[in-house]
Amino acid sequence: MSMTTAGVLFVLSLVVALVAVHRPFGDHMYRVVAGTRSSRVERGIYRLVGVDPAAEQTWGVYARSVLAFSAVSLLFLYAFQRLQNHLWLSLGFDPVVPHGAWNTAVSFVTNTNWQWYSGESTMGHLVQMAGLAVQNFVSAAVGIAVAVALVRGFARSRTGELGNFWVDLTRVTLRILLPIAVLGALALMLGGVVQNLSGGTDVTTLTGGAQTITGGPVASQEVIKELGTNGGGFYNVNSAHPFENPTAWTNWLEIFLILVIPFSLPRVFGRMVGQKRQGYAIVAVMAILALASITLTNVFELTGDGTVPQAVGAALEGKEVRFDVSNSATFAAATTLTSTGAVNSFHDSYTALGGMMTLGNMMLGEVAPGGVGAGLYGLLILAVITVFVAGLMVGRTPEYVGKKIGSREIKFASMYFLITPALVLTGTAAAFATGNASTALNVGPHGLSEVLYAFTSASNNNGSAFAGITVNTPWWNTALGLCMLLGRFLPIIFVLALAGSLARQQPTPASEGTLPTHRPLFVGMVVGVTVVLVALTFLPALALGPLAEGL
Amino acid sequence: MRLPSWLSQHLAALRAVLVFTVLLGLLYPLALVAAGRLPGLDGRADGSLLTVDGRTVGSSLIGQSFTDADGNPVPRYFQSRPSAAGDGYDPTATAAGNLGPESVVDTLSADPADSTSSLLTQVCARSKAVGELDGVDGRRPYCTPDGVGAVLAVFRADGLTGRITRVVSVNQAAPATPFVTTWQGVPVEAARPGDDYVAEGGIVTPVRGDAPARPAVPADAVTASGSGLDPHISPAYARIQVARVARERGADPAAVRRLVAEHTTGRALGFMGEPGVNVLELNLALDEAFPAR
Repeated sequence: MSMTTAGVLFVLSLVVALVAVHRPFGDHMYRVVAGTRSSRVERGIYRLVGVDPAAEQTWGVYARSVLAFSAVSLLFLYAFQRLQNHLWLSLGFDPVVPHGAWNTAVSFVTNTNWQWYSGESTMGHLVQMAGLAVQNFVSAAVGIAVAVALVRGFARSRTGELGNFWVDLTRVTLRILLPIAVLGALALMLGGVVQNLSGGTDVTTLTGGAQTITGGPVASQEVIKELGTNGGGFYNVNSAHPFENPTAWTNWLEIFLILVIPFSLPRVFGRMVGQKRQGYAIVAVMAILALASITLTNVFELTGDGTVPQAVGAALEGKEVRFDVSNSATFAAATTLTSTGAVNSFHDSYTALGGMMTLGNMMLGEVAPGGVGAGLYGLLILAVITVFVAGLMVGRTPEYVGKKIGSREIKFASMYFLITPALVLTGTAAAFATGNASTALNVGPHGLSEVLYAFTSASNNNGSAFAGITVNTPWWNTALGLCMLLGRFLPIIFVLALAGSLARQQPTPASEGTLPTHRPLFVGMVVGVTVVLVALTFLPALALGPLAEGL
Repeated sequence: MRLPSWLSQHLAALRAVLVFTVLLGLLYPLALVAAGRLPGLDGRADGSLLTVDGRTVGSSLIGQSFTDADGNPVPRYFQSRPSAAGDGYDPTATAAGNLGPESVVDTLSADPADSTSSLLTQVCARSKAVGELDGVDGRRPYCTPDGVGAVLAVFRADGLTGRITRVVSVNQAAPATPFVTTWQGVPVEAARPGDDYVAEGGIVTPVRGDAPARPAVPADAVTASGSGLDPHISPAYARIQVARVARERGADPAAVRRLVAEHTTGRALGFMGEPGVNVLELNLALDEAFPAR
């Protein structure tokens, strides 16, 4: 079997698996977020936290709860890193430098997991498992909670109530993330992912050299890193490391874990608004964009254009033998289509156009299928913009699942969309204007790609990198930290404001003039609007970077 | 006393962070550490360590360098891929090379310590070295016979257009002989260390040359992996090393080839990933079957 055939089967098997689980798993998630009964453990948690699980929150209170939880998490994580030398299992590492600790705290709280540091030589085991990995769970739960709150805005009417953040956070963590994490971690351990508290085993190699075989609670962090679309590796080289991703089948499993929640959440949307077909339409948009991107990334990488890939005979620099080109390209597409940012191969050494695909995936706004929760609310915003554009064309009041999209709603949606490009392009320009772009390893168009990639990744909360760039400087850590923070929480505020505004409305019954939003026509329009918006925003920047290099 | 709501929100947040830290940051990972002690999982959870005569020699998942103290390949061992992790295969400094597909111009300096190689030159140099070690043709497209990137800086009268005024082979420092004597009628100069021909306006022109499109030295032998710890090489790279290893050990090449086959893993379930040869396990098996003379 050729590598291409095997690569196609690899993608098809993922598609089949996702199609098979998205309904039952989506239904499970629906029951979790729509249910009202609390388990004993959950009641205990509510008591400890001091919240009333029955109390509903308005959008403002919900937003303030999200922000309060994230702010405290950020301070906690910052202090944890600064004090790590006083704690157990620090492996003798120094406290993390202030600008680095700030960057990492923001990075993990915002579900970005951008990493300026090398895990194996910076973070002790306790910081990794009790600091960073905890945020892997809860930042993912925050994303799902916000998405659910937005869906409640569509589903409810004439109310200010959007649910209770603390309840959503707890239930999503305990009933969705944790059980899969335990099973997934055990599966990864079977494949060879390490899970211990060892500070490393010194060995003498066959030829008499010294090597330290590193240890750590890797499996427990690896699984939630993928499932929660976080992406922060235990080790510097992330999922390329044989202790994080030892075999071809663990590679398959990790891609599956990345995609399973984002692709199943539209089912939750469909169930909550009482029209499953609306969920199918959303998942169709995600699937079309994702398949197109995965296919193109594979084509570009397997073709292997460019001087070095031609000299080598394959685009194999930065890729592992056990994954080779195709399975690496599929992972790269999956990790950038979601907000994961884990890598099993190094995007910096991809072909110019293959690398552009990873950049373009993030620029799509990570909606195909996007990060856990963030992908669904991002795509619902795009659907709102699409009905608005369509409404303008035919001269009717735009509606989406029974809610009118008036000027207030479209303002929130537009603000949401504009934040990320503003951060990406301003940040990139600032890096060049201040001379800080000179830390890029490569020169010319590829150097621009490295800087553009860094700001795109941070502002979209992805966290992957064109890793050639050196970002461990106060300027970079501060600037990227700000992009991550604003790129996460400003959109969340606008989403919740939109949810509040929708929830207050009386539903509009569908009439003959209503644009059906579950038909292929609408699916095609959302795909078109998404691609056009992104192309209009980022084409000039892409033309100077990867396009200049690859064409 | 009733707290203001902003304060009670933050206190709830603090308590939530602490509760989840205990639950997800301690109980969950430690339970899995405990599960990793179960028979069947314990070896793997501890890093799949390999032991010979009571001595731990490495991990079956982590590659090693099979080089001597000076970094030269030890010929009786199968060689691993190039590695960008520390000085090579250092698990405490994992890294990829991160140079891009058009990294083709070296920085040549009078002091060799300040010179940096482009990815193309690294590929060419590795290919030449492997070719010499294993007695196969080390030529590659876009590489010079002396093992650097075959790249010209072409200067034209009007910048991008006009007649050619000067051509420099940018990766070959004098006194090296340029890989072509003339380019479109203009004599080719060797590069002078310290000069930046790209900044001076030379058009970077990689030259394909007449090397075969499928070089004898396989792709994985000339590229660094993503992790810098790749435990595998391709079956093709193992194949070209068989003759040398067999000769060094006085073994029958067919027997060595059988050992290679035994340590080759196929695709998982027949379609996931690519076949690979675990280099450390293969070398351990060799030491056992054909101890060094």
